[in-house]
Amino acid sequence: MKDKVRGKSTVSRDIVLILALAVVGLGLLLAMQLGGRAGAYAVVELEGSEIARYPLDCDGVFVLNGGTNTLEILGGKARMLHAECPDKLCVKMGWVRFSGQSLVCLPERISVRIVGGRSSVDVVN
Amino acid sequence: MKTREIAETGLLITLAMVLSYVESLIPAFVAIPGIKVGLANIVVVYALYRLDFKHAFLISLLRVLLSALLFGTVLTLAYSAAGAFLSLVGMSILKRTGLFGTTAVSVSGAVLHNLGQIAVAAALLGTGALFYYLPFLIISGVVTGVVIGLVSAMLIRRVGKGREDCNGSD
Repeated sequence: MKDKVRGKSTVSRDIVLILALAVVGLGLLLAMQLGGRAGAYAVVELEGSEIARYPLDCDGVFVLNGGTNTLEILGGKARMLHAECPDKLCVKMGWVRFSGQSLVCLPERISVRIVGGRSSVDVVN
Repeated sequence: MKTREIAETGLLITLAMVLSYVESLIPAFVAIPGIKVGLANIVVVYALYRLDFKHAFLISLLRVLLSALLFGTVLTLAYSAAGAFLSLVGMSILKRTGLFGTTAVSVSGAVLHNLGQIAVAAALLGTGALFYYLPFLIISGVVTGVVIGLVSAMLIRRVGKGREDCNGSD
């Protein structure tokens, strides 16, 4: 069959392309892990505009967006404690603590982003 | 369109929708928005190889539209339409180069699907926060793309057999 002949000759190119994509993904992941430094604030955004900002060194539970989501900050980490949406993905994401990490609740259009950090206080990022 | 084409396209749309539904029953196994196995992509890859771009596009479009109406929301429609469109165009271009096989085409489709989804979600949310998940989405696209690609390749090889006989009889 024609397909079979063609299929055989493309296998090595397939592997190269798949490995290349995997390397890009793993490289990005590694770069982000290595660049991870403890954040200073949890910035809450509703549809892209900042609605609140909580310092990570003050523990507490905060009601967001009129009660659709609840954010917990404890010992420099933040997590979504509660969400009204059905999938609860943001709750399942667990704790975030590094600058650049985020908790996103697509159905409620709310996101919590960790920003700043000890070493970035006097560095513009 | 010939009657046979209409019947086959309709059947494939139904199959893609059933697979979308089955997938919606599987709870998210990773807490990252947009990560899915992409079972319906088996049908799209099959259509791209066994039929053509036009049919694959029609199947993909109607699958996304009908699934969003039945199981989703307007928001999920926007994400999945962008992902499905980017994925199909990318797969079609890669297939047309003739350099790659079904698996690489499917992997690129899966990765592009995730990229399209995250881009639209980020634009709608007006935040770059989602791009934190980009590496996870690329890696998951590679893994699911390989699985979907191997299954599709098997189907393309086996289901195609006997078509000629059928055509001859009517």
